[in-house]
Amino acid sequence: MKALTILKYQWKDLLRGKWIVGYGLIYLLIADAMIRFGNAGPKAMLSISNIMLLLIPLVGMIYGALYLYQSREFTELLLAQPIDRPSLFWGLFGGLAIPLALAFALGTAIPMIYTGMIVTANLQSILLILMLGIALTLLFTGLGFWFGLKFFEDRVKGLGFALVSWLFLAVLYDGLILLAVFAFGDYPIEKPMLALALANPIDLARITVLLEFDISALMGYTGAVFNRFFGSMLGISVALSCLMLWLGIPLWRSQRQFEKKDF
Amino acid sequence: MISIKKLRKDFGPRTVLNELDLEIPAGQATGIVGPNGSGKTTTIKALLGLVKPTSGDIVVDGKSIEGEWLYRSKIGYMPQIARYPENMTIGELFEFIKNMRGSDTNRDRELLEYFDLDSEIDKRMRALSGGMRQKVGAILAMMFDPEILIFDEPTAGLDPKSSVQFKRLVHEEKQKGKTVLLTSHIMSEIEELTDHLIFMVEGNIRYDGPMRELMERQQEQRLEGAVAKMMEETAA
Repeated sequence: MKALTILKYQWKDLLRGKWIVGYGLIYLLIADAMIRFGNAGPKAMLSISNIMLLLIPLVGMIYGALYLYQSREFTELLLAQPIDRPSLFWGLFGGLAIPLALAFALGTAIPMIYTGMIVTANLQSILLILMLGIALTLLFTGLGFWFGLKFFEDRVKGLGFALVSWLFLAVLYDGLILLAVFAFGDYPIEKPMLALALANPIDLARITVLLEFDISALMGYTGAVFNRFFGSMLGISVALSCLMLWLGIPLWRSQRQFEKKDF
Repeated sequence: MISIKKLRKDFGPRTVLNELDLEIPAGQATGIVGPNGSGKTTTIKALLGLVKPTSGDIVVDGKSIEGEWLYRSKIGYMPQIARYPENMTIGELFEFIKNMRGSDTNRDRELLEYFDLDSEIDKRMRALSGGMRQKVGAILAMMFDPEILIFDEPTAGLDPKSSVQFKRLVHEEKQKGKTVLLTSHIMSEIEELTDHLIFMVEGNIRYDGPMRELMERQQEQRLEGAVAKMMEETAA
């Protein structure tokens, strides 16, 4: 109940900031443009998901950490009131993560609706992309919260860690895997590579998208291994369950941290 | 009644509270004094559950506060540095906290008028001066009529007129039988408002008892002199 009161206030405050509206508009513009150029087919969806795979983790982590720093006064005010810390934590998290996820989902879905893509294209694929985007938003906002709580007194450090983790997971990771393949190509490395792919949530989401659209040429090394090992359907289920696991870890850790923290 | 039992708090290698034992009597006003960094604010924050003790226990009305949160509905707290969500107006802030507490009190209006803030109710917190924020903090602490009132350096940012107003209000609350806990560096204020005195140095209690006794013991007319003497003794 109390978490809901907090949510309500947070949403009002976010909307007043207008920032969240801009974030949704970005997706609207991107989706609109991609559908225009990509003829409302799987190509458009693939382009949208490529951008989403980069943008969502970045915004989620940075804004997750930033938001905790910004609402510090609010948190301190509420901690002295009769409310338990878990409710406060979920109120804060939901206050940011839910609007972010909604901004993405609406921004992407609206152009699909008015261009009629929702009827012509495969509905299952559209839903999968929206679900993935929502899951990634929750996951990376949670990760941002974690960094923010871990470096509560040192904003530069918290934001720095968020930025570097994004760079690592979204950009460097695949390069490192390729490097490893190149260096150890003579050995049976399929299974370790599979483990590496499971260890990166962005990779997991990407593999899920590629398996869904069955574009082996674009799958990259980890995707190809995944496909060969699990096949399409099983591959998607394994990747999605790992993603869910990934979603739990940062949230669980940051809630623990929030409960033990001195303010 | 608040009892603090063997309360210890370490921040890394630094011990801020060293096995504190305290009884804060109910229905009286207690002042905590001590040099900067002696652990006054940390004690208060531990009492509110903002700071988690390394070891030891705090008991409010016969119940340990560990893992509890409902007891905070009995407490009104005014922090040392009053920081509030910048985008909220005073009215929204009060409305929000009322929702949180599930209360529909009208006391906030009365208190706003008392502090001459009723015309500022639609101003955002970021547009308020430091003193106005302090007053908002004072109102938040008192509007729910809690049994226990905690003020951390309440008059530090207030002008003389508001300071007098504030003290009169605290006096009234005391008269109503509230338990008041107050820290301050202004000894005259402590002398005026409290009966019971706690003197802390570096996380240890140096004096805990009625204020009159201390002044008699130190053979001083004013609290300021008595405390200064005690500080010199501890330094020596």
